[in-house]
Amino acid sequence: MSEPLLKIDGLTKTFHVAKSASGNTRLKALDGISLTVGRGKTLGLVGESGCGKSTLARTLMMLESPDEGTVSFEGTNPFGLRGKELLSWRRRVQMVFQDPFASLNARMNAGDIIAEPWATHRGLYPTSREREARVRELLHMVGLRPSDARKSPQEFSGGQRQRIGIARALALNPDVIILDEPVSALDLSVQAQVLNLLNELQKELGVSYIFISHDLTVVRHVADRVAVMYLGRIIETGATEEVFDHPRHPYTAALMSASPKLDVSGTKRDRIVLQGELPSPLDPPSGCRFRTRCWKAQDICAEVSPEPQVLAAPDGTKHVAECHFPLDSIKGLTGATAAATAGAAATATAAAAVPAQ
Amino acid sequence: MKTATDQAPAKRSRAAAAAAGAGTAAGQAKAHDVVLQVRDLAVDIRTHRGTVRAVNSVAFEARAGETLALLGESGCGKSMTAKALAGIMDPVCDLADGEIILNGTDLAALSPKERLKFAGPELGIVFQDALTALNPVYTVGTQLGEAFRIHRGLNAKEARVEAIDLMKRVGIPEPESRINSYPHQFSGGMRQRILIAMAVALNPRLLIADEPTTALDVTVQAQIMQLLRKLREEGQMAVILITHDLAVVAEEADSVAVMYAGNVVESGPVSQVFADPRHPYTKGLLESVPAHLERGAQLKSIAGSPPELHDIPDGCVYQSRCPLVQDICRAERPALRPVAGTPVAGNSGAPGNAGTGNPVAGTPVNIPSGKEPRPARTAACHFSEEINNV
Repeated sequence: MSEPLLKIDGLTKTFHVAKSASGNTRLKALDGISLTVGRGKTLGLVGESGCGKSTLARTLMMLESPDEGTVSFEGTNPFGLRGKELLSWRRRVQMVFQDPFASLNARMNAGDIIAEPWATHRGLYPTSREREARVRELLHMVGLRPSDARKSPQEFSGGQRQRIGIARALALNPDVIILDEPVSALDLSVQAQVLNLLNELQKELGVSYIFISHDLTVVRHVADRVAVMYLGRIIETGATEEVFDHPRHPYTAALMSASPKLDVSGTKRDRIVLQGELPSPLDPPSGCRFRTRCWKAQDICAEVSPEPQVLAAPDGTKHVAECHFPLDSIKGLTGATAAATAGAAATATAAAAVPAQ
Repeated sequence: MKTATDQAPAKRSRAAAAAAGAGTAAGQAKAHDVVLQVRDLAVDIRTHRGTVRAVNSVAFEARAGETLALLGESGCGKSMTAKALAGIMDPVCDLADGEIILNGTDLAALSPKERLKFAGPELGIVFQDALTALNPVYTVGTQLGEAFRIHRGLNAKEARVEAIDLMKRVGIPEPESRINSYPHQFSGGMRQRILIAMAVALNPRLLIADEPTTALDVTVQAQIMQLLRKLREEGQMAVILITHDLAVVAEEADSVAVMYAGNVVESGPVSQVFADPRHPYTKGLLESVPAHLERGAQLKSIAGSPPELHDIPDGCVYQSRCPLVQDICRAERPALRPVAGTPVAGNSGAPGNAGTGNPVAGTPVNIPSGKEPRPARTAACHFSEEINNV
């Protein structure tokens, strides 16, 4: 594998907040995040609300500065850049937001919205003729008509608005686009259109995506690699199929199990239903952060924070989980048997973890 | 709500409450009995661009101990249907037509004041956004006790005891201390539990859950769905689950009514409808789900977007997006009718019988006895028989 485009190592971000119940004023939103994103690849970032997904996205956009850790973008640390160098770096990382109704200025027309980044990055398309041509080109790329440039956001449907948001992100020819829940506000039939568009654009432009979503079905469809976050840490990461088919961290297994599945055969499956709720990030549990909801937790989990363990994956890809007692991997089995075995394991653990329904 | 008095429905529910959990309360619906039958429901909205029909000849039935899913995308009229059932429509909306027969009474024919008596003892509703549905300036104890004070005439102290009991039932830890907390002091999942507790306080026969888990994380969603299943079994409630999520329908519902542009376009048992959809819209929705596909493979999306309410075409509502569209689709709106060649649903209570008791438009009015034969699968498409040959 070639050198990754983006490499994050030990990223930590602490916010200072008003006093919590325990008197703690420090909220560790990111606690030692390490990740890599390959060129032209998609990294899926999953986790529940409050786990730090958005803080990570904001930090990568340089809207927050990390307390510790390094970000390396083709070998340069963007947090060390100033002036023109910083500006040219910012061009290379862009973002698409979740809510297509809130992320577009209602007082501007679509063309102006797409062209607005060039007001800061003046060198890119210096003449108005170039800018107009490029807006038409971008509209075409995202499946809108050139005449749509004169319309205002409220004349578009949700899916079309999200296309405008994507066109705006593409306006600066970025290398990485952070997609923060880009389709979760869209209806299913429109969601499929936007996912197809993102896929085509990636093939065409070779842009990398960091795809943040709570919808595991969508992440499985788009991501090459997945990182699962829980209370500011990445507790499991690996190739998409590997993590989905053989989750090693109990939280990942529970998350997969809790996510409803469209099984047309109508068979009802046993599920791991986690008890309790996400602990407050202000007062995270000692040791392993997941231990308060984990059915495998033992004394050591409360005392020692588990180190990332590199686990063998059948296909040779890197699969890392932070757990003292990772779930069994099912090596070398075919998909069907593996799923059945995983199902049996889930039933057993469900029985242990929760009272029967 | 403040003037509603302790009338007959409340008395029944008191008896039901006395035996709550045992499942043997007098008057309690037996499993699979028809609790709610909706026929020809139509809702108009008065807008500045004229009156538009948001819900059009909607028909379905809900059975005790079962979950019916109303599935559709935003703006399809599913929430409007729920509000019409509960009698809580916005002032600009009118119930234009139809019958809402809940346990032998046509709610649509009642005055708003009479209907209030049904809100709580007969019918409960859970909304999507628990934070806006709860009143921020009252403690949850006050809000949970309201149903008992209004419908059963309990005093504040007695209502508090009931409220604590209710909080235990829906799995809120330490109810004795938390009863004095305000809604904002609870997490999203706990707020949703409180909302569910309010809806089931008087053991209603019908529970309408309008996107109850959309705002929640998946692990919390699983907890809430588990709770709803538990409550449904305990009280043999009929549950109407309103959702846009196909996977939730597949996992939670027994039967499904798929809505598009204010119309039910297909209905039937979930397993049959999802395995063998007979309306192009249902088929298109199922194909839009990225599951079971090679990663990065092209998804089959539905071209275009749903019509605006003021611009719904004559003829089939789905014509502008349908791959099978023919001249007849533009000329004539297909009625929701039984699909030939599909199996008739089995029923443990009464044997299935295709055609009869089918809540399609034009069926003569008869109050359901509770032992209605199960309707066959229906679809509103001129080509529902040929859909799989294309």
